[in-house]
Amino acid sequence: MAVLQPAVARRRRSWRGWQFVGPFMLIFALVFLAPIVYSIYLSLYRNQLIGGNSFVGLDNYTRLFQDSQFWESFGRVAIFLVVQVPIMLILALVVALAIDSGRLYGKAFFRVSIFLPYAVPAVVATLMWGFIYGDQFGLVGNINDAFNISLPNPLSPHLALASIGNIVTWEFIGYNMLIFYSALRVIPGSLYESAALDGAGQFRIIRSIKLPAIRGALSIATIFSIIGSFQLFTEPVILQPLAPNAITTYFTPNLYAYQLSFSGQQYNYAATVAIIMGIITMVIAYVVQLRGNRES
Amino acid sequence: MTTSVETRSAKPLTVRESARNKKRRKGSVTLTVLTALMAVYSLVPLGWLLINSTKTQGGLFTSFGLWFDRDGKFALWQNIHDTFTYNDGIFLRWFGNTLLYVVVGAGGATLLAALAGYGLAKFNFVGKRAVFAIVLGAVAVPGTALAVPTFLMFSKLGLTNTPWAVIIPSLITPFGLYLMWTFAAQAIPDEMLEAARMDGAGEFRTFFRISVPLLAPGIVTVALFSIVATWNNYFLPLIMLKDPDWYPLTVGLNAWNAQSTTAGGEAVYNLVITGSLLTILPLLAAFLLLQRYWQSGLSAGSVKE
Amino acid sequence: MSKLLKVGAAATAALLSLGLAACGGGDDDSSSSGSSSTVSDADVTAALEKGGNLTVWAWEPTLKNVVTEFQKKYPNVKVDLVNAGTGNDQYTALQNAVAAGKGIPDVAQIEYYALPQFALGKSLTDLTGFGAENLKADFAPGPWNSVHSSNVAYGLPMDSGPMALYYNKNVFDKYGIKVPTTWDEYLDAARKLHKADPKAYITNDTGDAGFTTSMIWQAGGKPYTVDGTNVTINFSDEGSKKFEQVWQTLITEKLIAPISSWSDQWFQGMQNDTIATIATGAWMPANFVSSAPAASGKWRVADMPQWTAGANASAENGGSALSLMNKGLNNNQALAYGFTKFANDGDGVQIRVDGGAFPATTKQLSDSKFLNSEFKYFGGQKANEIFAKSSQNVVTGWTYLPFQVYSNSIFNDTAGKAYVSSTTLADGLKAWQDQSAKYGNEQGFTVK
Repeated sequence: MAVLQPAVARRRRSWRGWQFVGPFMLIFALVFLAPIVYSIYLSLYRNQLIGGNSFVGLDNYTRLFQDSQFWESFGRVAIFLVVQVPIMLILALVVALAIDSGRLYGKAFFRVSIFLPYAVPAVVATLMWGFIYGDQFGLVGNINDAFNISLPNPLSPHLALASIGNIVTWEFIGYNMLIFYSALRVIPGSLYESAALDGAGQFRIIRSIKLPAIRGALSIATIFSIIGSFQLFTEPVILQPLAPNAITTYFTPNLYAYQLSFSGQQYNYAATVAIIMGIITMVIAYVVQLRGNRES
Repeated sequence: MTTSVETRSAKPLTVRESARNKKRRKGSVTLTVLTALMAVYSLVPLGWLLINSTKTQGGLFTSFGLWFDRDGKFALWQNIHDTFTYNDGIFLRWFGNTLLYVVVGAGGATLLAALAGYGLAKFNFVGKRAVFAIVLGAVAVPGTALAVPTFLMFSKLGLTNTPWAVIIPSLITPFGLYLMWTFAAQAIPDEMLEAARMDGAGEFRTFFRISVPLLAPGIVTVALFSIVATWNNYFLPLIMLKDPDWYPLTVGLNAWNAQSTTAGGEAVYNLVITGSLLTILPLLAAFLLLQRYWQSGLSAGSVKE
Repeated sequence: MSKLLKVGAAATAALLSLGLAACGGGDDDSSSSGSSSTVSDADVTAALEKGGNLTVWAWEPTLKNVVTEFQKKYPNVKVDLVNAGTGNDQYTALQNAVAAGKGIPDVAQIEYYALPQFALGKSLTDLTGFGAENLKADFAPGPWNSVHSSNVAYGLPMDSGPMALYYNKNVFDKYGIKVPTTWDEYLDAARKLHKADPKAYITNDTGDAGFTTSMIWQAGGKPYTVDGTNVTINFSDEGSKKFEQVWQTLITEKLIAPISSWSDQWFQGMQNDTIATIATGAWMPANFVSSAPAASGKWRVADMPQWTAGANASAENGGSALSLMNKGLNNNQALAYGFTKFANDGDGVQIRVDGGAFPATTKQLSDSKFLNSEFKYFGGQKANEIFAKSSQNVVTGWTYLPFQVYSNSIFNDTAGKAYVSSTTLADGLKAWQDQSAKYGNEQGFTVK
């Protein structure tokens, strides 16, 4: 991954780099590492309203593996990951390819307008979609009235996850599109020339030149999307008051951890949930990256 | 038309060029329509926001969501006025807080990421591999779940309910670090650094005098993404801050949205909507104005991997 | 390892251990139980005269005026009134502050249903030593009972929410439906209304723990009993059954609008004649006025429908106290008590009533000016008469769980299923009971 010139590497393998990396790592240790270490410590204890604090070893972990609510929430984000992430990334890729193809009228307009939602805070986006989703008097209700149809309630238990997926897709298509588009733009022209000489069609150029060339961007976007899916929180938590029965307190692992620590004061068990989710996310992100590398 | 035909026949070897010319001229209607659908999807909710910010609290409830309130009055200016004056003008205060968090938080994040990215790209040092592994690994742990330990720690350090509780965690942007790393690796030739060192320049002098100008597009890109992240930050300030005087816009807006949910509370959805619009405008403006920079920064950042 | 790296590592380690040490201490701070020391009225007066700073966490909007008047009367006191969130949000903040042992306010607004939980967590100050018991006669019995946990007063009642039925008179007149006086009539009215106008519903509900417990309370149910750490939860008693049967019918026949209370659609429904009644606490009028102004003149207030014809049972819904926190920021409990008494038992009460709040004090509740005030929003009706009567008729003997905040938070996970699926309300309540009991046992209670 890194582009180390062997000469530099040999000559300058010393502490100098830390001058530059040190400040980042120091703050990083404070805001990431210390809480993680503290969470591991917390996960070995249990604190009760009656009875106080006690060391329980790995009890919290064994409890987690039998906790159906946790696994239900995990299954939900797994479905989200398998369905929403590909849809979002494929749409983003298609738009990026379309804009890059040079065959669009008004491509600057599209590039900017599809990107705009990324600048909308998740809170604002969710409040907005929450108003829109209202099936009695919201936009969905308006449409039902205007066309005399009855669209299903987007926030019913069956559709809530899809509706949240829609919000997330809306927020991040433009962001991913830009990452892909930027990568596409720097493909050396010489590659296209030889392809054109071979008489390759658009789709073949996409498949054999463009996609391999932006492999790095695809893999980074995928990893960040995986992490994002597993951490799904803001959208469901803001929609919860509108759909309390569809969006349970254990809707996503993150929401579950939040509920455990903030409503239930089960800080120790919440820390356990965080650690296990972190490990799972790491493993999956690592596997995806390995596959990405191997395909090169 | 004639010239290009001539060019083509005259220089048959520059296929790429003529192919590109041809492409430029022949736009595809189908492709444009399909992309336009995506644009509509992206813009309709924003249009909804814009349209509804022109309605009164009453008008919101009685008119069609995607069109203006034909019976009511055009209340955009009134809403903007009310948004800025409601609760003794606290919206403005939130706006100022957000700016503070963005300037210090995103500014600091960009600086740290640029330094660290440069360090990782241009130096070989003990523990370098570990740095990347640790950073990527830590990013995977859900931040929400770390909230309580972080809160308890910050509380002991006396940082909660102060701007620092929001700013310090915003100083870290793993994605920015990654971007700066890949960018620095290719934008700064090693020979240049070697030459500077030969002249006896210190490492930091070399960095600021020689490297920073070369890193500029990458820095702007990281800055913009950090600005968005900080501007949009919700969860962290939500748990760290108790005093509405320190809220950023996102938390403040959601508080307005929730305030009707209690005895004696007043529903101010029109202000929530107008406030949301006012919240995103500066970001939209920043993105549009700085387009040139961040697009080239992203291109360069994503090429190398 | 190079020098700089060592320094960096040492710094990191220091930070980590600081974090650990810092947090370790915050977890089990249960040593000071706030057991009652004696603070006389003279001490309180002296503290008020001497002055100082006071941090108050509350979201109740009328307190702002109270603070202004308070500071006018006691110019040496500086009150910092902080809105740290509404209801649950504030409890979260409060629990975090307590866990951290830092940044705890001196006085906090706490709803009655949440009070036992904080009392049990030893976060609240026992007010016996302040002579709070002498104030018993000043407060209506319902709220007075609600600030007690294990017979100890942990706050002074700020407001109360004796229930009443708010109804949209326009809708009832339009379809010639009689305003229900029993829940059976309510069911009939619901059917008639929805038949006459398929867009109109008798009420809205998507499952609300506070409403459900209040309804069971009114029906005479006593699902919770608490004796120290021995707790029982049982939703199969007769009162619970009464509620469950009527509400199940409303749900099954789709007679309840699937709109969550406090959502934008709810306020819309109040104003466009699609939600015909709301059974809730006496604090609701201020919300009608500020959040549903377009319906002014349409709505009226009636007594709660009864479970037995001719009865006059009522219950409380909502309402909150001001409590003194242990280890408050300014560590000045005499001053904190002085403010609390001013706000909830002194001049503050009238200020809050004038601001639209519903009092918990007998003086205001029996004041003829209060009782005779006409509500323009309710077409000039003297609504306070109905509320005051309701507050007299609150069924006695109700208690909340010592972990009601948590229990309420999982209502929609469990009982909420009855509103959106084929799960029955009885099964839903059973699931709520089981999950709550499970949590209670995990927390060291003995729950049956």
